Amino acid sequence: MNHIVHPVARLAGAIKRYGNLTALEGLDLELRPGELLALLGPNGAGKTTAIGLLLGLIRADGGRVELFGEDPQRISARRRIGVMLQSAVLQGTLRVRELVDLTAAYYPAPLATDHILQLAGIVDLAKRPYADLSGGQQRRVQFAMAVVGQPELVFLDEPTVGMDLDSRQSLWAAVRQLVAQGTSVVLTTHYLEEAEALADRVCVMVRGRMISEGSVDALRAKVLHTRVRCMTSVTSAQLGEWGIDIDEVKEEHGRLSITTVQAENVVRRLLAADPDVRELEVHRAGLSEAFTELTRDQSRISDVPMEEVA
Amino acid sequence: MNIRPVSLAVPTVSMPPSRVMRAYMAEARSEVTRYLRMPGFLLPTLLLPAVFYLLFGVFLAHSNGPDAPRYLLASYATFGVMAPGLFGFGVSLALERDTGLITLKRALPMPPGAYLFGKMIMALLVASGVLLILIGMALGLAHVQLSAAQVLTVLFTAVLGVLPFCSLGLLLGAMIKGQGAPGVINLIYLPMSFLSGLWFPLSMLPSPIQRLAPIWPSYHLDALALSAVGLGNGERLSHVLVLMAYTVIFLALAARKLRRYG
Repeated sequence: MNHIVHPVARLAGAIKRYGNLTALEGLDLELRPGELLALLGPNGAGKTTAIGLLLGLIRADGGRVELFGEDPQRISARRRIGVMLQSAVLQGTLRVRELVDLTAAYYPAPLATDHILQLAGIVDLAKRPYADLSGGQQRRVQFAMAVVGQPELVFLDEPTVGMDLDSRQSLWAAVRQLVAQGTSVVLTTHYLEEAEALADRVCVMVRGRMISEGSVDALRAKVLHTRVRCMTSVTSAQLGEWGIDIDEVKEEHGRLSITTVQAENVVRRLLAADPDVRELEVHRAGLSEAFTELTRDQSRISDVPMEEVA
Repeated sequence: MNIRPVSLAVPTVSMPPSRVMRAYMAEARSEVTRYLRMPGFLLPTLLLPAVFYLLFGVFLAHSNGPDAPRYLLASYATFGVMAPGLFGFGVSLALERDTGLITLKRALPMPPGAYLFGKMIMALLVASGVLLILIGMALGLAHVQLSAAQVLTVLFTAVLGVLPFCSLGLLLGAMIKGQGAPGVINLIYLPMSFLSGLWFPLSMLPSPIQRLAPIWPSYHLDALALSAVGLGNGERLSHVLVLMAYTVIFLALAARKLRRYG
């Protein structure tokens, strides 16, 4: 193994404009070997543009874009990557095995198709035409196509959309296995629990900029909010009179849900005010809350024309 | 289960020519397979010229004079080989740009030439099918007397004649996108066939149409096909050059259009 750590993929000050709209405002992003990086952000944040640059689908208006130190538009760089794109509709009349074989033919040293079908859990689908498969099954075929070429870096764009819980779990297991064997992964997802389950590092983008970068834990720690839930006779009006810093109060099925940075104070006052408090739960914010918090103050973002890139 | 041997940290990844060749072949095989499984595309392309020939070249031939079956073999051969190029490239590229398949293929390490090669092989095969059906009908049903050399020349001319229309199809597919493509391409295909004298001999059409005819690539292919069946005026080189020029020009325009945006 190579011990000098060169980034596998790199954006340095990358700028991309679509007419008047700036999709990326000098984005810096580095992916290290063997790392799983999750790219998160609301729609229009520039995730798709960032991926499009790294895949060589579009050219940056400024800054540098590198894949294994090369221009991603060079095919030699792309022979080292695997790609799963959310929006691609594949040739419906081709069978699963034919699609995987075709993709394998693009790579210098692909794995045996049988092996990949097994890894992706689609052995039983091998002879089915792609168009006959369910959405989740199609995603698994696309995953097989992404990894058949033994790529050193895999791009997974919303890999588990349309999958049931079991398929999702088994795809996660396959992704973990890839990473364990040294493959780098760039993941974009709307499922924050997916990022939480898989990512070494999470980058949050808003309006063409990186607003946060770090491990899942580090990201969570940035958000001090805690949620307190319980069944109580205390009303939200009473809570407001306590003078504690409370962000949000919701009533869900007779249960009070309080989001606050002063959980200890809230609990103390609650127990004092209502000795009959039941089913008390105190949760530290998850990635989902952290994400909401980080992106909250960003105003509406106009649509980016990314049809060809998506 | 080992997915990737750890020893793969090579500085650049080269691909031996034999494997690049395999990518071309795999792409061609996929294109052919997928269209063979789409009768909705294949049957009209194969049968439309055959039905026309059956009507006008076989059943109604005698009212059109003794040379009509021979003349119409050339015309419908031209008409028939335009379609696989125009539709095979044009419609499929327009749809594949719309569905994101092109985007995926551009992100994958597919050699760009393999994509064109695959579609070209498909168009050549379909065109050969059209030709074989028409020649079979001309010989068997319309009793056109053709020497073996003439049969081969028609086949050769018309099959290679697919190329300018592949090139035009590629340009159209690069300009239009999505479900509207078949309609737009028919709006070019059908009038161009008419204006080139593929349905009615040019001599029967108004003189402005006759004078305009040489701007259509199909006019030149028809002239070559007529020569091949022994009806032309013997002039070939200029038509070949015009068709080659069209192929290169359409291809260059399409390449420019596709370079950045897919």
